Amino acid sequence: MGLNRGIAAAALAAVGLLGLSACAGGATEPAEPVAEAPEFEAGSTMAALAEAGTITIGTKFDQPLFGLQGLDGEPVGFDVEIGKIIASELGIAADNIEWVETVSANREPFIENGTVDIVIATYTINDTRKEVISFAGPYYLAGQDILVLEGNPEGITGPEDVAGKNVCSVAGSTSEQNIAEYGPNLITTDTYSNCLEPLRNGAVVAVTTDNVILAGLADQNPGEFEVVNNAFTSEPYGIGLTRDDDVFRSWINDVLEEAYADGRWADAWTSTAGVVLDLPEPPAVDRY
Amino acid sequence: MDSLIDVMPLYLEGFGLTILLLVVSGLGAFILGVIIAAMRISPLPSLRVFAVVYTEALRNVPLLLVLFFCAFVLPILGVSVGPDPKVGYLLLAILGLTLYTSPFVAEAVRSGINGVPIGQAEAARSIGMGFGATLTLVILPQAGRMVVPPLINVFIALTKNTSVAGIFFVNELFSGVQRATRDHGDKVLLMLLFAAALYLLITIPLGQIAGYIEKKVRVLR
Repeated sequence: MGLNRGIAAAALAAVGLLGLSACAGGATEPAEPVAEAPEFEAGSTMAALAEAGTITIGTKFDQPLFGLQGLDGEPVGFDVEIGKIIASELGIAADNIEWVETVSANREPFIENGTVDIVIATYTINDTRKEVISFAGPYYLAGQDILVLEGNPEGITGPEDVAGKNVCSVAGSTSEQNIAEYGPNLITTDTYSNCLEPLRNGAVVAVTTDNVILAGLADQNPGEFEVVNNAFTSEPYGIGLTRDDDVFRSWINDVLEEAYADGRWADAWTSTAGVVLDLPEPPAVDRY
Repeated sequence: MDSLIDVMPLYLEGFGLTILLLVVSGLGAFILGVIIAAMRISPLPSLRVFAVVYTEALRNVPLLLVLFFCAFVLPILGVSVGPDPKVGYLLLAILGLTLYTSPFVAEAVRSGINGVPIGQAEAARSIGMGFGATLTLVILPQAGRMVVPPLINVFIALTKNTSVAGIFFVNELFSGVQRATRDHGDKVLLMLLFAAALYLLITIPLGQIAGYIEKKVRVLR
């Protein structure tokens, strides 16, 4: 039984991998049409970047579907596609983007000391961060969601449905705090991937945290899990840039709005995170 | 100070679970350890081989892997976690800690047995006592007095080892620190020191008890 399951899982993983590589290929082949010699206000960040012909973008390398570095060294994901859209508007081809890994702890320092020009890395906009850097966007509203077994045998549609049921999360996380209000029987561990085994063997009926993490877990275990797709908190993801570079910030916001309007944003989503998550409405950019 | 009062319920729950893990798996490991030690010196070669393999296999594998096996592999092999995973995973953690600690108990007991002069066993055999009677009436009572300090060391190590169970869905004392730092991220050091103080509350009395028993049962040679 255990062996059969292992073989089945391996086979599923292999099929999923083929599917994934097909998707990744689809995303990169029709390269963004690069703007030809765009005009920018002299002295602006855009002018400087267009002049240099290259841009340094910080992203995560370990966040499946958003920014994940494969063995070939090229990151793929929704954040990466957003970066390519912005670069193309500057007249910079995808090949000329320099990707730098930013983890949660070094994003503000990398922007402040100029290691990167912008950061697109599942980066939640909040007031503390706004004190040291500026945010364009949001370009996506993430939120806490629920992961269940494929087919959703318990029929869970939202946090209200887990009251009194067994749920797994990470000790000390905001997600744990949020779901606790709905009265589940919570068990906790130290990483979200540890929660998958109890979900598989039926010890819990749901795992909960931000939908982007859950989508990544579902994507890595094809055919086993699904995201309920009903986020009940809101985490606006923004693009980090140097504080008070208002011209650059509002230009990026314009680019995002154009990408919303002409379908490039939707295409970027569909080819990456859209594999697991529904296509959301693009969020209104916040021109603060 | 307010923050300490704030996290008190969290820490007390963890403290209780840590003591429960210590007492139940300590007892289990003691019983299992004495049995393994007896097998190690038994006249039957197959029992001796089993005891050696058991001891070497378990004490040379990290606790994390033993608990991982109990929490993740046993359910795959068909051991049900039960309707309440909090209880289910607690039992699996107790099983893991018991298995992991028992060879250390066995080795402590064996060292005590080795400390009993061989003449004692020979004398017992010469008056017609069998292996069981020799062991329980002559060897173990004398060995027991010598193994108090090493055994207490094993239980102090077990107290600290319970902190690993937090990864496997048991809200013991150390996992309380993770929750405490969510709301008091600016006082991480204080939260850790508080947890350390609670561990000391268990381990220092253990050392005191060891000293007391040792004095009481000392064999003068």
